[in-house]
Amino acid sequence: MLKQLSALTAAAVSVVLAGSAVAQDTLKFGAVAPKTGGLAGGAAVTFWPNVQLWAHDVNARGGLQVGDKSYMVEIVEYDDQTNPGETIKAVQRLATQDNADFILAPYGTGLNLAAAPIFDRYGYPMVTHTAISDQIEELSEKFPNMFFTLGGATGLAGGVVEVLSEMREQGEIGNSVAMVNVADAFGIELAEVAAPQFEAAGFDIVYSTSYPLGTSDLSPVVKAAKAANPDAFVAWSYPPDTFGLTAQAKIENLDVKAFYAAVATAFPAYLGANGESAEGVLGAGGVYADGEAWSSYAVRHEEVTGAKPDFWASGMVYASFQILEQAIEGAGTLDRDAVSAYIDANDFDTIMGEISWDEFNNNSAYWTVGQWQGGVFKGVASTGREGAVPAVPKQGW
Amino acid sequence: MEVIITGLVLGGTYALVALGLNIQYGISRIMNLANGELLVAGGLAAFWFWTAGKISPMLTLIIVAPGAFVLNYLIYVIMLRPLVRRAKSQGELEVSSILATFGLAFVGVGIMLALVGGQYFSYSYLSRPIEILGSNYGLNRIIAFLAAAVMCGLVYLWLHRSRMGMSIRALAVAPDSAVLVGVNVERLSALAFAIGGAITAVGGALISTFLTLDPSSGVLFTLKALVIVIMGGVGDTRGTIIAALLLGILETFVATVFDPGLTLAAAYLLFVLVLLFRPQGFFGKPTS
Repeated sequence: MLKQLSALTAAAVSVVLAGSAVAQDTLKFGAVAPKTGGLAGGAAVTFWPNVQLWAHDVNARGGLQVGDKSYMVEIVEYDDQTNPGETIKAVQRLATQDNADFILAPYGTGLNLAAAPIFDRYGYPMVTHTAISDQIEELSEKFPNMFFTLGGATGLAGGVVEVLSEMREQGEIGNSVAMVNVADAFGIELAEVAAPQFEAAGFDIVYSTSYPLGTSDLSPVVKAAKAANPDAFVAWSYPPDTFGLTAQAKIENLDVKAFYAAVATAFPAYLGANGESAEGVLGAGGVYADGEAWSSYAVRHEEVTGAKPDFWASGMVYASFQILEQAIEGAGTLDRDAVSAYIDANDFDTIMGEISWDEFNNNSAYWTVGQWQGGVFKGVASTGREGAVPAVPKQGW
Repeated sequence: MEVIITGLVLGGTYALVALGLNIQYGISRIMNLANGELLVAGGLAAFWFWTAGKISPMLTLIIVAPGAFVLNYLIYVIMLRPLVRRAKSQGELEVSSILATFGLAFVGVGIMLALVGGQYFSYSYLSRPIEILGSNYGLNRIIAFLAAAVMCGLVYLWLHRSRMGMSIRALAVAPDSAVLVGVNVERLSALAFAIGGAITAVGGALISTFLTLDPSSGVLFTLKALVIVIMGGVGDTRGTIIAALLLGILETFVATVFDPGLTLAAAYLLFVLVLLFRPQGFFGKPTS
């Protein structure tokens, strides 16, 4: 018994020693995002695989080069259960208990806003990738180490108005738009921002309604929209209702020349579930899919994680990690203030192209609308990114 | 007419969600809060067979139903029977079974996460229009409705026309007296729990043909099922079916005539009214 115990102790000690020997050359990165709860489905596609891929990529090339030392990347993961309170607790824990060297930004607008004060308090740079907000100016003033990459609500809505306006000029659609939204922070904000923009562009909103999150039968919504006989259908929707609205539109044969559903249209699962019917569907996001940087990223993503990236935020999540990576190496120090200052002062070359900041720490050039064309979700509108293709009218279901 | 058919079809979906829970709660006296997770697991199985081998969800049912039956039987025997034996009163059993199955719900979510990750599982099966009386409906929804009708019918016949059904009803009405007339309470409770679970999992497989699920979405179904079971009256299949259909028609009516944003409000208003004026449910007997 005693012998066994001492053997155990010896084993434990050696593990600790080995651990500390490695620890000198390891940088601890915290990752906090939903693995359960409402946003888990999105995070499983967009966030977690990129954490895995990025750590793999960095370690495969020998780690992060800081000054004349190289560090391997170690990830500490927490599930925040899509609960802002848990996000805050996990970030706090990473900062105080785990002594994480850096923390990756959380997933989703609400969870990022919740965690921002904690990142700020402990002085961690926060390069967000999935925070969409129209309050970027106030936020960056309050939290100088917070950076934004995915754009704002006004821009996202503006992209849709722009695409529909172009299609109208080509004579592909008329003036009438049916607009629906999920009754949740994202859907309500987008609908409020979009309505005046549509009217200013001379569109006529012939049907407009909201539906609760988790509605199990969207057929009344689609039936009413169809009855209004619109030229274009726009839904500020979340993943489950994006799938639901598409299925209903198919069943009701909602014959519009432009069909837009916001979140999850860019997911590979959307193509998987809808196949040929996905052709011509518009959605939030888009990437320069034919560009070399993105397509080689997509190949690696699938090789390393076994899953395909989505055609919107996936690339931006990875790009935000690249920014942090390049800033740590560029600053040549683990001092977090210096890294933040480096991010602020520089432009970054990422898989999404060059990312640069305006005066509010915001990447003002982002993709707004994409469209499924031949099995790829291509960017059709952006606020100044390269590689957009023209949108085509939808040809039935 | 369109509203009534759409509402009935939605109600059929709700019946699929609630019927299993009603049997588990009404007969085995287990308030199973892991009901939604089991439903999602059924949907996951259908999704997995469909994407991996293009096996139709209808064929998957042949695997899902006995699988869920065995799983639930084991859950009851291993995890819940000790609680039943220990409980001194119905109230005590309710509290401990709620706590135990609440934990089970987390385990269920965790296992599904470990198996497939947190992603959405959505696929397209029979998602094409079928015309009934001049308007279009999703064929997959109609099939789910028919399946729900068949299942409800079978359960009703089994409970009211077979000897075992009679014993089970006796168990639901008076568990203490049932023992006196030779009903094997322990065995029947386990059986009823397993059958309830099998129905829920089959419902999940059917529902997954038209709803997008993910491992964390179970709790939404548990909530809906609770509302329906309580409205319909605990332990009464007729009540559950009528409550489910009523809820479906009401939600569709409100969404079509007023506004889709008001469906939740209308559903819970109905729930509150039932609780106020008929707290025992449509068919439940008043408790003395």
